[in-house]
Amino acid sequence: MSGFRNKERRRRVSQHPAIELVGIDKSFGTVHANKNINLKVEKGTIHGIIGENGAGKSTLMSILYGFYQADGGEIRIDGKPLTIRDSQAAISAGIGMVHQHFMLVENFTVLENIMLGAEGGQLLAKGVSGARKELKRLETDYGLDVDPDAIIEDLPVGKQQRVEILKALYRSADILILDEPTGVLTPAEADHLFKVLKVLRDQGKTVILITHKLREIMAITDEVSVMRRGEMVATRKTAETTVEELAELMVGRRVLLRVEKGEAKPGKVLMSVKNLTVKDSRGVTMVDDVSFEVREGEIVGIAGVAGNGQSELLEALAGIRKPASGEILLDGKPIAGADPARLRALGLAHIPEDRHHMGLVLKFEEYENAVLGYHRDPRYGRGALLDLKAIRAEAAEKIEKYDIRPPNPRLKTANFSGGNQQKIVVAREIERDPKALIIGQPTRGVDIGAIEFIHRRIVEMRDAGKAILLVSVELDEIRSLSDRILVMFAGKVVGEKTAEAGEQTLGLMMAGIAA
Amino acid sequence: MSTASVPLPNWITYGLMPLLNLLMAFLISGLVVWSIGEDPVEALKLLIEGALGRGDAIGFTLFYTTSFIFTGLSVAVAFHAGLFNIGAEGQAYIGGLGAALVALSLDHYVPWYVTMPFAVIGAAIFGAAWAFIPAWLQARRGSHIVITTIMFNFIGAALMVYLLVNVFIVPGKMAPETRTFLPGGQLPKLDWLMAWFGLKLGPAPFNVSFLIALVMCFLVWLLIWRSKLGYEMRTLGISPSAAVYAGIPYSRTVIIAMLISGGLAGMMALNPVMGSSARLQVEFVGGAGFVGIAVSLMGRSHPVGIILAALLFGILYQGGADLSFEMPNITREMIVVIQGLVILFAGALEYMFRPAMVHLYQRLKRA
Repeated sequence: MSGFRNKERRRRVSQHPAIELVGIDKSFGTVHANKNINLKVEKGTIHGIIGENGAGKSTLMSILYGFYQADGGEIRIDGKPLTIRDSQAAISAGIGMVHQHFMLVENFTVLENIMLGAEGGQLLAKGVSGARKELKRLETDYGLDVDPDAIIEDLPVGKQQRVEILKALYRSADILILDEPTGVLTPAEADHLFKVLKVLRDQGKTVILITHKLREIMAITDEVSVMRRGEMVATRKTAETTVEELAELMVGRRVLLRVEKGEAKPGKVLMSVKNLTVKDSRGVTMVDDVSFEVREGEIVGIAGVAGNGQSELLEALAGIRKPASGEILLDGKPIAGADPARLRALGLAHIPEDRHHMGLVLKFEEYENAVLGYHRDPRYGRGALLDLKAIRAEAAEKIEKYDIRPPNPRLKTANFSGGNQQKIVVAREIERDPKALIIGQPTRGVDIGAIEFIHRRIVEMRDAGKAILLVSVELDEIRSLSDRILVMFAGKVVGEKTAEAGEQTLGLMMAGIAA
Repeated sequence: MSTASVPLPNWITYGLMPLLNLLMAFLISGLVVWSIGEDPVEALKLLIEGALGRGDAIGFTLFYTTSFIFTGLSVAVAFHAGLFNIGAEGQAYIGGLGAALVALSLDHYVPWYVTMPFAVIGAAIFGAAWAFIPAWLQARRGSHIVITTIMFNFIGAALMVYLLVNVFIVPGKMAPETRTFLPGGQLPKLDWLMAWFGLKLGPAPFNVSFLIALVMCFLVWLLIWRSKLGYEMRTLGISPSAAVYAGIPYSRTVIIAMLISGGLAGMMALNPVMGSSARLQVEFVGGAGFVGIAVSLMGRSHPVGIILAALLFGILYQGGADLSFEMPNITREMIVVIQGLVILFAGALEYMFRPAMVHLYQRLKRA
């Protein structure tokens, strides 16, 4: 498409905003999730929406995509008022959504996933050839290359996300909503995504980007709207605002974007790993002969692109996965192969990478999760029965101390926002006052206010003389928290650096290029 | 999808929606009755009268209810741990052997109230033992519990026929059954309880095991929602990966949950064996184990729900039997169709009306 046509197209369509929300209101019981929201998204722009978890971003987008019906207000697409009853209606209005957790059939091919729900008739053959052609066109138009016959589960996360985008484009979406799209991507994959989004914008598509990462907002959006506690508090031209201003608007007060911490005072070795090898369920070696030590009062960070053995290392240390060989010592005691209950008793706390599947039982009420793993402790009931009173009282205390919102221990855990769910896990593991703490992705899908809070707690734990092992795919997080950084690549520790090491150096090590 | 996450008040979820489902089941059943040329209103009247019209009718209804409570609890306990125990039928059958052995060995010497606790334990142990093998296979070998428990229903049935024909049969008799227990091995009827309400029990076998069932309801509630073991079972049932993280041992929890489940199923035998026929007979379970699956499903695996669902199925059983007697056109098979419709609407299609309810509720709330 030539630049000329491009420009003309943009002029032609720019009379009405792509999306206009007027006075959108939505409550769930007593929770007022969206209060009188007004929003204008201009055509052919990338519009960022930021806000802490629980600020109402997801609710607003769910209303736009037809998952929920607003209690009041109006949605105008291209100037026309529209009722969006379900996602089908949203799709036919030209809205496409890329969810944070992908909605793909893992054992289908790319092509099959893209066609799913839009097969075009009872017989597949005709639809397949049509879809293949269309896919080819989308590829060349937007630079979204992906093998149509690859099976989804064999693709890296970045490519899977591309399939989600293609799915929306295949349904001729003009407006694309992306919910926390970079949460699962490596820096390189994220860069590529941004390039794609810019191409989409230049082709006249409208992109709404929901994120909590201010850097991304600054890097690619044209306009940005900030939500706080169900309200739309501000809309700014990205060029005319700063990270500091946005952070303050989001949280409602000034926030520290850097972790403040003093010098580490490492004590004796508390955790030591010797020649540890861990295999996954298929027998593939994921952690290959790894050795390191963590001392009291220091944070050791493990950097690496997701999938290089960090998860398996954490699981082996936490007793979830039996190591194939090697030794793990906690305070001098061998613990390789010990089960998680025993490790907890020995003073090893674990904040798992995946709070949805491991750290929490989402269908439980909050207070039930506040004792997960520690429920056999006599303080929660002496005999066979649980002392619910004691458990709820303690849960209420932690809710207060960690500012978990809404402050209701009887609420189902699934109804808390991601940041608050993570706080539930962090509160549970830290408040046990463990000797050592292993932490995976402490702030994945967590908002700025909560990130600051969680980071501060981790540093406090270090200063209290705990040994902390931190695994994160967010290099910034590793660099700002860790006292020493180990880089993992292909199951091996390829090098150790201090926190002062540059992003460039670490990035090369993570890619397996330099040691 | 669009309405699944909208919360509804409990009185709608647990009150109105089951009632609507039930109404729907009866409506369709009415159509079926009408289509074979009978009057559905008359049929419903006969069914209700047959189940609740007289003292003895109520007695029979509650007798069936008792059995269904036990098997419903059995299925529910396993279900909370994420296990689908299809084997309550066989576990109850073998449980009968435990109850009968206790009754046969004690009835000469002690009164019923001394026999009873031993019989409860005997029935539970035998039922649990029958559940143990599938449980062990699931926990240690990964054999799917649904398959193994179904198989164990058949094995149990064959074993019991063998024992009754070759071991327990009374010499010189034709029927494959044990001797009749003396009063010391029988559970007395609850005449006095009925008398409180001014009803006569008549020949109905409504007996003390009903009270045992109610006690078990309380104990199951205590187990699931108040005990550490129940907490572990629920964690495992909802999220196996969270259970691993929390250090909840998979094998142990699976096996214990199945032992409890099998034990509850085994106790069901007390009702027909010691409360009614006073002997061990072939086929005495009569499908109560399978009804338990429907009862548990309908009762949302909660003891209170299970009592209500068991009562409903008790009414259908007793009233249905009466109905097929009064209206010869409505055969026994027809009654099974009606029961099937109830299971379909109340169990399998439990959320059919949910989207409509959500829309209606939101509209009403806005108004």
